Amino acid sequence: MTLTPNLIASSASVEYIRAGRRKRQRRWMFVTGTLALLALVLCAAMLMLGNTIYPLDQVVRALSGEKIKGVSFAVSTLRLPRMLAGLFAGFAFGIAGYTFQTLLRNPLANPNVIGITSGSSAAAVFCLTVLQAGGAVTSAASVAAGLATVIVIYILARGKIFSIGRLILIGIGIQAMLDAVISYLLLISSEKDVPAAVRWLSGSLNGSKMSELPPLVAITLICTPILMVMGKHLHTLELGEQTASSLGVSTDKTRIALIVCAVFVVSIATATTGPIAFVSFLAGPIAKRLVGTGFHSLIPAGLVGINLVLAADLIGQFAFVHRYPVGVITGLLGAPYLIFLLIRMNQKGEL
Amino acid sequence: MNPITVSSDSRPSPHIPKHFPTVLIVSLILLGASILASLAFGSRAVPFHDLIDGLFRPEMDSYEANIVRKRISRTVFSLLCGAALGVSGSLMQAVTRNPIADPSILGVNMGASLFVVCGMAFLNMTTASQYIWLSMTGAAITAIFVFGVGSLGRGGATPIKLILAGAATSAALSSLVTAILIPRSHVMDQFRFWQVGSVGSGTWSSISTFVPFLLVGLLIGFLTSPALNALALGDETAKGLGVKTGTLRLIAALAGVILCGATTALAGPIGFIGLLATHVVRLMVGPDLRFVIPLSAVAGAVILTVSDVLGRLIGSPGELEVGVVTAFVGAPILIILAMRAKVRSL
Repeated sequence: MTLTPNLIASSASVEYIRAGRRKRQRRWMFVTGTLALLALVLCAAMLMLGNTIYPLDQVVRALSGEKIKGVSFAVSTLRLPRMLAGLFAGFAFGIAGYTFQTLLRNPLANPNVIGITSGSSAAAVFCLTVLQAGGAVTSAASVAAGLATVIVIYILARGKIFSIGRLILIGIGIQAMLDAVISYLLLISSEKDVPAAVRWLSGSLNGSKMSELPPLVAITLICTPILMVMGKHLHTLELGEQTASSLGVSTDKTRIALIVCAVFVVSIATATTGPIAFVSFLAGPIAKRLVGTGFHSLIPAGLVGINLVLAADLIGQFAFVHRYPVGVITGLLGAPYLIFLLIRMNQKGEL
Repeated sequence: MNPITVSSDSRPSPHIPKHFPTVLIVSLILLGASILASLAFGSRAVPFHDLIDGLFRPEMDSYEANIVRKRISRTVFSLLCGAALGVSGSLMQAVTRNPIADPSILGVNMGASLFVVCGMAFLNMTTASQYIWLSMTGAAITAIFVFGVGSLGRGGATPIKLILAGAATSAALSSLVTAILIPRSHVMDQFRFWQVGSVGSGTWSSISTFVPFLLVGLLIGFLTSPALNALALGDETAKGLGVKTGTLRLIAALAGVILCGATTALAGPIGFIGLLATHVVRLMVGPDLRFVIPLSAVAGAVILTVSDVLGRLIGSPGELEVGVVTAFVGAPILIILAMRAKVRSL
């Protein structure tokens, strides 16, 4: 007799939960679709806009191999590589940043803040200026340096009890040292290499070449599915270490696999376009805000990354009299948001 | 008859740390050594007898002796800047009661940089004596902002909150600096010269611009140190001991900002000296600020001068800016502090 109302109540609440789930699923589909559409529009804009504006049909014909005087060169040789570099780097920064933030359960823990990007940058500058190495060596070296930086930071930050605060402090310290190394490398490198290195360091899509893209594309395509599959565990990890291991997730293995993948992705993107400031930091929180909790926002985070990079590049190219590299625009947008986030986290006492 | 009246002379006599005399002697010896090194080494090393000629026998006119004379102003300038940054670090750490406060970590250097860039770009400023006020204003505003953001919420300004507020503010300001610089190539050159200028740009005229600020800052630092000692016991206790904590904080922080703002204006952004100097000194003589502050001045001078010499040697035939050397030498201190700190105190 007492069971019946309970049953009704529980079936009602199950129905309520299911409805909520469906609603969130719809929201996820809607948000992801919109982001993808927006990214597509921005991609088209990247191809159409420039010194001369070409209509869409000419762009499409040029891309499909037709030789149109002027259009073919501008679109296929100049604008397409730039667009693709922005597309894949944005996606890479987005998913890597999201993975770190979820893994460490702190939006501030992203490759920018904890110094991984600086490690990759230092290696890439070394390759560019001292070794005069090509794209493949530079990519490999920056991945290796990114991994090494993570390992060093992790070992130093381990302590008796793991603390995210300690990790961030140590990351900032390591970053200061690596930045000093970069300055030193710029000093000893020959004068003709310096402008290229400096332009690269501020994060820029200028002069992207088709030949530089394959490593970035390959690594992104390989690592994204891995991050997605592992992402299920990531979601469980978000509940906390003990909960996750009692739910049967092998926390250490998952964590290592995720970190390695994310570092691969972010380092290769850094080697290709330079450290585009704050994209890896911004993409995750924006995606989470759009999608809401309860659904995995890896893909939305990647899409947000694409949108940020492409939009910032378009703004940098066309909004001002002078052309700015994309990294400056994302820096100007991202840093105030970081401060805002800090203020909010401090007020809530989350730090 | 009141037996429990506490008269001022019944306070415990000033306790001099055990190692103080040794530490003082050692640091003075190091100071002498760093001065000699700064005069002797560089892209061209000078033998000892030429060093003596250059210093004490103005009638000698050898090439080496002239090099030494050229290096005198640079050495004096680096000693003064180092002392200023060392004391500035100690003061900021005492005021914020926070072991990682340093002008560079709090983003103060970047604030000074932004204001200097604005002065160059919009007000056509060209000389250091014009920058110095802007630089100080920038330093002060940034310091207040960073400390404000860092001390929001529960627990006040913990190291992690403060450092993140500083890092975020630095990042925001440095994007602004880049955005101002990119379209203006003449300002870019001027700014890079200022930023790279380091202590190598130290001339007698910049030293004379700098000295008044240094003296004011150091004087305030020395005078407030007993009261700052009381502040270290906590605000309540300090108030109980009759210290006006608000006024004290304001004055001491002002001195810290004057010192680092003036240094940044003349020598460009140099980080981590305050952190390194203060912690080394504290390790030697303990927490008493009456000893920590003067010794930090000496330690800061030694560290900056030695870093400058290292920069000249490593970067030869050019030179590596001293700020780069100090970051590489000083950042490990931050890492060590983070490793040793208890989780709760972060």
